[in-house]
Amino acid sequence: MENIQVLIVDDSSVMRKIVERSLRQAGISIAQVFEAGNGVEALGVLNQAKVDLILCDINMPVMDGLEFVKQLPNVQNAKGAPVVMITTEGSENHVVQALTAGARGYVRKPFTPDQVKEHVLPVLAKKS
Amino acid sequence: MNAAHSNAAVRISHESWPALLGLATQEVFAIMVGTELTTAPEPFVESGVDMTSMVGLAGELCGVLTVRSTGAAVALIASKMLGVDPDTDAQQTWDAFGEVCNMIAGNFKHKIAGMGNDCMLSVPTVITGADYSVHSLAESGKISVNLLFEGHPLIVALEVHS
Repeated sequence: MENIQVLIVDDSSVMRKIVERSLRQAGISIAQVFEAGNGVEALGVLNQAKVDLILCDINMPVMDGLEFVKQLPNVQNAKGAPVVMITTEGSENHVVQALTAGARGYVRKPFTPDQVKEHVLPVLAKKS
Repeated sequence: MNAAHSNAAVRISHESWPALLGLATQEVFAIMVGTELTTAPEPFVESGVDMTSMVGLAGELCGVLTVRSTGAAVALIASKMLGVDPDTDAQQTWDAFGEVCNMIAGNFKHKIAGMGNDCMLSVPTVITGADYSVHSLAESGKISVNLLFEGHPLIVALEVHS
């Protein structure tokens, strides 16, 4: 996919920047990056803009990543956008919960750019 | 599993925890900061340590994980993570230091067999300044690892409440 719109949801602005850098290092062509610090902010972004890919943390204040992903089927601007979780919560329970909620991929922090590439490119390929 | 077996398992596990905590820290710094940490020489000198990041753990493992270092080291950590000048703004520096603590806690619990599923992490908190005391209200044990980051002291400690 070329020139995609990406939503990165993480309560750490530093981590949002690192995730964006990793996506660009993976060779993903990005037209625009939207950022949100929690699930509620992310839903607000999706009220205004359509995105092609969502990268989302789990542990966040206000609304966590799992709850946010559960809300996405009701959000028109997120239709067809795959969600990849990027989180410190790497347990089997969390992975199962995230995938059951609708996530398509899972990357555990700390992560290398190659790990992001490995998990994001396949879900983008399926989308296109 | 009865209580006696459970307690024995916990005791055995605790013996390996300092090494696992050190490994978890080394991995986070190697991957996210791009720096290899070194073991601190004895006697360990904590001079200039005035920043603390902390993450709470709740569930099967309850406690608090703290990472402490100097302000200069924390600014350098943030700059290396982001690939920017070390004179980055304070908010971003605290954010980076909190995330490092968060990733160490997550990486550590992931290394303890069976712990990851039943242990949640809080969002991180960062404390600036050295003049404070922590008073735990629960019976606890503590493990601590002393490391050097680019010559700066880096102390990673886990206070275990259960």
